[in-house]
Amino acid sequence: MLRYTLGRLLSGIITVWFIATATFLAMHAVPGDPLMNEKATTAEIRENLARKYGLDRPLAEQYVIYLSNMIQGDFGISFTQQNRRVNDIIKDHFPVSAALGILAITFAALGGILWGAITALYRNQLPDIIIMFLVILGISVPSFVFAALGQLLLVNLNQWFGTSILPVAGWGTFSHMLMPSLVLGLGTMALLTRLMRSSMLEVVNEDFIKTAKAKGLSPQRIFFKHQLRNAILPVVTVLGPQIAAITTGGFVVELVFAIPGLGRYFVQAVQQLDYTVIMGTTVFYGAFLVLMVILVDIIYGFIDPRVRLK
Amino acid sequence: MNTTRILTEADFAPAPSKENLEQITRPSLSYWEDAWIRLKKNTRALISLYLIIGLAFFTLVGPWIWTKDPAAQDLDQISQAPALPKTALLVKDFEPSPTPIDINHPSEPSGYPDALDAVTNFTVQGTPTTQSVRLSWAPVNEAGGYSVYRSESAPDGMLGLGLPLASLTSGNIVGFEDRLNLKSQTYYYSIIPTDGFDEFDAVTTLEVSPQQSITVSQALERQLIDGDDRPGQTVQLAFHPLGTDYLGRDMLARLMQGARVSLFIGVVAPLIYVLFGVFYGGFAGYLGGTIDQILMRFADFVVALPFLLFMILFKIAFGIGPGESGVLPMLIALILLLWPATARLVRGQVLRIREQGYIEAARLLGGGPSYLIARHIIPNTMGVILVTLTFAVPSAIFTEAFLSFIGMGVAPPTPSWGSMCNEGVKTMLSHPHELFFPALFISITVLAFNLLGDGLTEALDSKMRSKE
Amino acid sequence: MNFFKSLAIALLLFSGAIEAQSVDATRQVVKIALAQEPPQLNSMKATDQVSIFVLGHVMEGLTRYDRRGNLAPGVAERWTLSSTAAKFWLRKDAKWSNGDPVTAHDFVFSWRNAVDPKTASEYAFILYPVKNAEAINQGNLPVTDLGIRAVDDHTLEVTLERPTGYFMKLTAFVTTFPVQERFYRSVEASYAADAGQMLYNGPFKITDWVHSASLKMQKNQTYWNRQTIQLNGIDADYITADTRARLNLFIDDEIAYTQLDGETYKDALKNQFRIRPFATGSVYFLEYNYRPGRITGNLKLRQAIQAAFDPDEFVNKVLQTPGNLPGASLFPSWIKGVSKTFREEFPAKVLRPDLERAKRLLAEAKAELGVEQIPPLVLLVSDSPTATKQAEYTQGMLKTKLNLDIKIDVQTFKQRLAKMTEGDFDIVGAGWGPDFDDIMTFGDLFASWNLNNRGRYNNPEYDRLVRVAMNSSDPATRMEAMAGIQTLVHDDAIILPMYEQGVIYIQHPKIKGLRRTVIGSDPDFTHARIVP
Repeated sequence: MLRYTLGRLLSGIITVWFIATATFLAMHAVPGDPLMNEKATTAEIRENLARKYGLDRPLAEQYVIYLSNMIQGDFGISFTQQNRRVNDIIKDHFPVSAALGILAITFAALGGILWGAITALYRNQLPDIIIMFLVILGISVPSFVFAALGQLLLVNLNQWFGTSILPVAGWGTFSHMLMPSLVLGLGTMALLTRLMRSSMLEVVNEDFIKTAKAKGLSPQRIFFKHQLRNAILPVVTVLGPQIAAITTGGFVVELVFAIPGLGRYFVQAVQQLDYTVIMGTTVFYGAFLVLMVILVDIIYGFIDPRVRLK
Repeated sequence: MNTTRILTEADFAPAPSKENLEQITRPSLSYWEDAWIRLKKNTRALISLYLIIGLAFFTLVGPWIWTKDPAAQDLDQISQAPALPKTALLVKDFEPSPTPIDINHPSEPSGYPDALDAVTNFTVQGTPTTQSVRLSWAPVNEAGGYSVYRSESAPDGMLGLGLPLASLTSGNIVGFEDRLNLKSQTYYYSIIPTDGFDEFDAVTTLEVSPQQSITVSQALERQLIDGDDRPGQTVQLAFHPLGTDYLGRDMLARLMQGARVSLFIGVVAPLIYVLFGVFYGGFAGYLGGTIDQILMRFADFVVALPFLLFMILFKIAFGIGPGESGVLPMLIALILLLWPATARLVRGQVLRIREQGYIEAARLLGGGPSYLIARHIIPNTMGVILVTLTFAVPSAIFTEAFLSFIGMGVAPPTPSWGSMCNEGVKTMLSHPHELFFPALFISITVLAFNLLGDGLTEALDSKMRSKE
Repeated sequence: MNFFKSLAIALLLFSGAIEAQSVDATRQVVKIALAQEPPQLNSMKATDQVSIFVLGHVMEGLTRYDRRGNLAPGVAERWTLSSTAAKFWLRKDAKWSNGDPVTAHDFVFSWRNAVDPKTASEYAFILYPVKNAEAINQGNLPVTDLGIRAVDDHTLEVTLERPTGYFMKLTAFVTTFPVQERFYRSVEASYAADAGQMLYNGPFKITDWVHSASLKMQKNQTYWNRQTIQLNGIDADYITADTRARLNLFIDDEIAYTQLDGETYKDALKNQFRIRPFATGSVYFLEYNYRPGRITGNLKLRQAIQAAFDPDEFVNKVLQTPGNLPGASLFPSWIKGVSKTFREEFPAKVLRPDLERAKRLLAEAKAELGVEQIPPLVLLVSDSPTATKQAEYTQGMLKTKLNLDIKIDVQTFKQRLAKMTEGDFDIVGAGWGPDFDDIMTFGDLFASWNLNNRGRYNNPEYDRLVRVAMNSSDPATRMEAMAGIQTLVHDDAIILPMYEQGVIYIQHPKIKGLRRTVIGSDPDFTHARIVP
C-alpha cells in the first residue's frame, strides 16, 4: 500500500513536470507581448520590463530558471499586478475556491447519489420522470444562466422578505457560500444523478443482488449494503477530476457572486498573457488534480476491495 | 349421467409421429438484432429518433424554407419579441434640425432662483413616430435649463422618471427631439426645469404613443417598397416569427444557422472523443499494471493542460485568419483535450468488470484481450458510456459558447446556440425570448440524446433480452 | 441529516444578522463595489481607472480638484507658473499617515522615479513637459537631470522643457503624487501591494484590503484638510466586473452606487431608480491602417465609408443608452477652447450619411485601385461584447449599403495589442480617453511620432499643426492649429468617429456631493456626505 502510494506520487511529480513544460512552451508560442499595454510605451521601457522578468534571455535559459525557481517553490511575480507574488495569489485565493468547491461537491455528491438512487428505484415511474426532466434542464442550461438566475432569486427573496435572508454577493461568511456553491454544483449534480441511475440499474440485475434477495435479506439492507455500494463506483471515479475542476474553475460563478477565488485569476491570466500567473496556476492546478486522482484511486480500493491496487 | 366408454382397437394404436415437433418458429436472434428490436419497441428511443430527425430537418432543410438572411439587420425592429407581422408608416429620412430657441427669452437666470414653475405647454410637434418624437414647451421664467426624461410607466412625482434623455443647459431652449431606440408603445416624457445646474421639484409629464414607422431609404434598402412609394403610406414590415435579436436580426434564421455550428460541435466532437476515451480507458483498465499507469498519467497530463491557452494555439496552428469561422480547429481541440474524462470513467468500470466471473470464464475459453474488451467489457460499461455521451453533447455546446464569449469562438456574424445564449442572458429580463429560444433548442438536443441514451442502455443491456 | 441541521442553523443565524445598509448617516460610511481589484496602487505606475480611483482618495498631489471640479491647492499652498518654470510652496501641515511631514523631497523622489526607465511607468509621458523628462525616460540622461529641485523641505522648483499652459493640471494627476523615499526603500518591491505597504497623504487611507474581495478606506486623521471631509469611510465590500451583479447588490441595498450598461438599465428602470447620465469624455472611432500596401490607404475608400456611416443611427439604435453623442470629431465636445468649449468655437463638420455619394466614391476608389471588387477588409476588435456588437453592426451596414465585405477579427487583449502594433489589420476599433485636461491629450494622437498612432498615419501637415500647438502658449494660436487638425481629420478621413461615450449610473438618494469627473479619480467621493 505504502509502496503503491509512493510510486503514484513519484509518477505524479513527473506528470506535473510534463504539464509545466507543455504549458511553458504553449504560452511562449502564443503571439502577443505580455509587457504590452493599452498605452504604447517606448522601446526603452519595454526592455527594462523584459529584463525585470527575465524575458530578454533565451527561451531555454528562461525554462531552466523557471523550473529551478519552481522546485524551490517560487512562482515569481505577476505581470499584471507587478508588486504581487504568484505564491501570494495562490495562497490568498485558493482557499476561497477550495471552500466553495468543497461545499459545491458536497451538494453535488449528496444530491446526485440521492436523486440517482431514487430514479433507479422508481424506474419509469413518476419520480424518475420528474427528476430526469430536471436533470435534462440542469444540463441544458449553462452555468452563466444559473448564476444569473440564482442571484436574481436572492434579490427577489430579500425584497419579498424585506430583509436580507441571504447575501446577494460577496464573501466572508457561510451564508455567502450557499447560493454560489449550489449553482456551481448543479451541473455536477446532474451528471452524478444520471451516472448513479444508470449504474444502479446495472447493479440491480447483478447476480449477487438476486442471491441476496433469495437469501431473504431485507430490501433496505440489499439497497445500502449491496446496491448503493456497488453503484457508487463510477460516481467516485468522476469525483476526483470534478473536485479539481470545481475548486479551481468557477470563473463565471466567482465573477457573478463577487467571490475572490482563483478561478478569476486563472482565466484572466490567459487573457492578459500573464506568464507567471499562467504557469503558477496551471502547475498548482495540475498538482492538485494529480493528487486528487491518486486520492480517489486509493479510496476506490477501499470501497471495492476487488479492485487490486498494484 | 352414467356412460360407459367402450374401447376399440384404434384407441391402442400408437400416435402418429409428428415431424419437427420442436421447431423453432422464429429466426434466431443475435445480441445486436435483439437490441435493435428492443430499441424499436422503446417509446423513448422512438421519440428521440423523431426529435433528431426534426433537428436535422430544421438544420439542413430549414434554411431552404425560411430564406431570410441571418445576418440582415432590421434596425426598426430591434429585440422584437415574437409577434405577428407589423405595418409601419413610411416617413421621410431624418434631417437634423437646429435646436429650437426662443430668442425673446433669457438663456440664464438673473440670479439664483429658489423655486421654478413647472413647464407649461408641453406637447408633441407633428406625428410621433418610432423615428422621432418632437417635444416642445413654453420657456419657464428664470430657468437656466431643462432635463428631459422618458419612462415606460407613469412616473410618480419625482420617482420613476426613467431614462435621462438630455440635460439642456440653456433656459431659452424650447424643444427636444427624441430618437433613442423608440418602440411603438406608450412613453411618459417628463420635463424638469433647472437653474443650469440643479433640478427643481417641478415635473410636467406627457404621454406619447409613437407610431411604428420606417424611413424611405431604409424601406428601399430592405426592398419593402418600390421607388414610387411616398411618405404617409403604410408598408408591411419584415416578419419575424421568433422575434429579433439586439441588432434586429431574425431569430429563426439565426437559430437555423446556429444549429449548424452547435450541432456539429455538439454531436461530432463528443462522438469522437467518447469513442476514443472508451477504447483508451478500456485498454488501460484491462491491461492494468505499468501500461495502465502510463496511460492514465498521460490522461492526467492532458486534463491539467490549460484549455484556453491551447485553444488559442490550435487556432493559430491551423492558420485561422480573421473572419473564418474556425469550427474545425475548435472541433479538433475539443477532441484532443476532452477525452480523458471518459477514459477515466471507462477504466474505472473496466477495473470492476475485469474481476468478474464471466470475464475469467471467457478468458479461460481462450478469448484474447481485444475480443474480451469489445465483446464483454465494453458492452457492460455501455450504461456509463452513454451517460457520458449525453452529457458531452451540452458540455461541448457550452464550451463553444464560453469560447465565443471570450472571443475565441466562431467569428461573427456566424451565430451559434451557445453564443446566442450568452447574448440572451444579459437581457433575460427585458427580452426573454433572446435567451429562451436558443436555450430551448439546446434543451431539445440534450433531451433527444438523453432519451436515445436511455433507449440504447435498455436495448444494449444483455440481461434484459426480449422475453416471451 | 447533520448537514441540513447546520444549514438551517446557519440560515437562522444569518437572517437578519446582515442588515443590508449601503449608506449609514450616523457613521457617515458608504458601501460600494469595485469593477476589479486595483492592479497597481503604486502611484508612479498606476494607469487603470480603478487604481486611479483609489489613489485619488488616499493620496494627494500638489494640487487637487475641488467639489466644483476646479483646480484647488493640495499639498502646495500656493504656486507661480511662468513659461519656463514653476515654483510651489508646500503647506507645513501636510502629513503622511505615519505622521511624517510631506516634503518637497517626496515629490522629487516620485517624479524622478516615474520617469526613470527602470521603473517602466507607462504614464511617464505625463511628466514630459518637465525639463529633460523625455530624454531621461529614453535612457539618454541620468534621472538626476530631471528639472525638479527641492529648494528646502517646503519649496519645490520645477523647470519646464517648453511652455506648457496646462502644466498646473498635471500636478493633480496620479503620476505626480508624492512618495516618501524612506518608506519606499523599506518595502521596495512590495510597495503598495497591501494596505500596510504604502503611506497615505490624502483625505482617506486604506485600512483593510483583502485581495479581490474588499478594500476599505477610512478618513485619514493626519490629512491637513480633514475638517472638510465628512465621510468617515468608503467600504468597497465587493469586487466584480459583472454589471448585473452590481445592479443586484444595489437593489439589495448593499452598495450605494453603480454604473449601468445597455443590458442592465431596463432592469434599473423597473425598480424606479433615478438614473443619472455622465459623459466619460472618451471618443470611440475606427482607425485605418496606413502602412504601405494596405488598401485602407486609399482616401476615396475611407471617404466612401465615412459617407455611408450614420453616427446618429449608430448611437440611437445600436448603443441604445442615453448620453452617447454621435461621433463628429476627434475632439469630444467637453474639451475647452479659448473661452467657450472648443467645439462651440470650432464646430465640426456635420456628417450626414449620403448613400449616392458613398457609392460614387467607392466606384472611384475601385478605379484608383484598379480592382473589380474591394477585397474583404479585416476589422480588428477586442473581445468585449460591446466591441463585438459594434463590429457586427459595421459589418452588416457596409455590406448592405456598399456591398463591402468585412471580416471581423475578435482578439483577446494582448493578441489584439500585438496585432495593432504589428499593423496586422485594415481597420481597428479604438477609443481614446483623456489623460489630462487639455486639447493636446487628443490632438497629437495621429502625429507620426506618436506610438499610439497604431495605423501609422503620417502626414507632415498634421505633424506641423501639432508642433505649432505644442510650441505656443497662446490659446488662440493653439486652438487655431487644433481646428486645422479637426478639419484634416474630416477631409482626409483619418479616422471614422463613431461616438462620444456617455454612461448612466445610479446612486443612493441620501448621498450628496458625489462628483463625476472626466479626468482623474472618478467617481470622486472626497466631498460626498450622507444626509439622514
